[in-house]
Amino acid sequence: MKPKIAAQSGTFESSDVIVLIEPLPEGSGRKIEISSTVMQQFGASFRQIVDEMLDQYEMTDIHLIAKDKGALEPTIKARLETAIQRSLDQQEGTVK
Amino acid sequence: MLYIPGNNPAMIQQGGIYGADSILLDLEDAVALNQKDAARTLVRNMIKVTNFYDAEVCVRINHLSTPFGLADLEEIVPLQPSAIRYPKTESPEEVADLLVLIEKIEDRHHLPHNKMTLHAMIETAMGVQNVFNIASKFSRIDAITIGGQDLTADMNIIYTPDGIGIDFARKRIIMAAKASHIDVIDTVFPDVNDEEGLKKETEYAKKIGFTGKAVINPRQIDVVHEVYTPTEEEVRKAYRIVKEFRANSAAGIGVFAIDGKMVDAPIVARAEYVLRLANVTVA
Repeated sequence: MKPKIAAQSGTFESSDVIVLIEPLPEGSGRKIEISSTVMQQFGASFRQIVDEMLDQYEMTDIHLIAKDKGALEPTIKARLETAIQRSLDQQEGTVK
Repeated sequence: MLYIPGNNPAMIQQGGIYGADSILLDLEDAVALNQKDAARTLVRNMIKVTNFYDAEVCVRINHLSTPFGLADLEEIVPLQPSAIRYPKTESPEEVADLLVLIEKIEDRHHLPHNKMTLHAMIETAMGVQNVFNIASKFSRIDAITIGGQDLTADMNIIYTPDGIGIDFARKRIIMAAKASHIDVIDTVFPDVNDEEGLKKETEYAKKIGFTGKAVINPRQIDVVHEVYTPTEEEVRKAYRIVKEFRANSAAGIGVFAIDGKMVDAPIVARAEYVLRLANVTVA
């Protein structure tokens, strides 16, 4: 699937992560930028979580930026899921 | 009961460390309208893995009349928290409708209908009028609560620290809970900097029959616990009453005296309640 619209989720607060997604032109694949206060310790596992979540939704032609302030795995996954679903314009129960 | 905003990961992951008896993860008033989806997903993920220690975990969902209520149920019911708290409950009919939806979701996930309970939140004049029928008709409702801020708004009055405007509602809700043999939790005290005011209000809540009080900040937990925890003297007295009651009962004596004061069944029941609160067993 491809993002239909630009979307974001999360916050810049401690223990949270802000995720931004924007659509890329056809054939662009995935462009992923991750920055984290704990990049040295957890950067690789963070990237793995992002890849797995994008694989799960079969996302392509996507630009994803994640700025992390020490979020735990369930938070990272929740923010990614929310951002992806918002970018697909398929989030139910959301007031836009 | 500690309220935690459902879209705040830091507060959720730390929620269990403050010693609250129960934790309420809030998807309703504490979450902005355009973040309802984010909070729902976050709470769903966090409940699965977060250690809340001994605290009971409840989730306050949005009302079914909003675009969010059903989606909340679909995500939260399969996780079977200790309880779901339903806001602005106004009639037994809407509780019955809610339970049908909950049980349908439980059936789809092969879950029992008797594990997760329901807390009905009374925060409108109509809810106050119908509270006994709400509290007494459903075995899954094991607590009712009063929402002071919404109730004063519904009554078009201003919430004041003396609580005079909602005093009738408080007492009516308590009586409905007592008659239904379920818990009844008092509303939050909104000024987190007024410890003395919180203590005063909690003492009043205890005196008129509330079994607990909701708090919005971990700083308020100790004050509420201090009020609700029986003193050593109260526990010693209760222990003596129950012990002597058992000895007298064994001898066929129903009513007896301790220090010149009559002890009968209601006094014993009260003493047993104090010992339960203090987690003390009579040897």
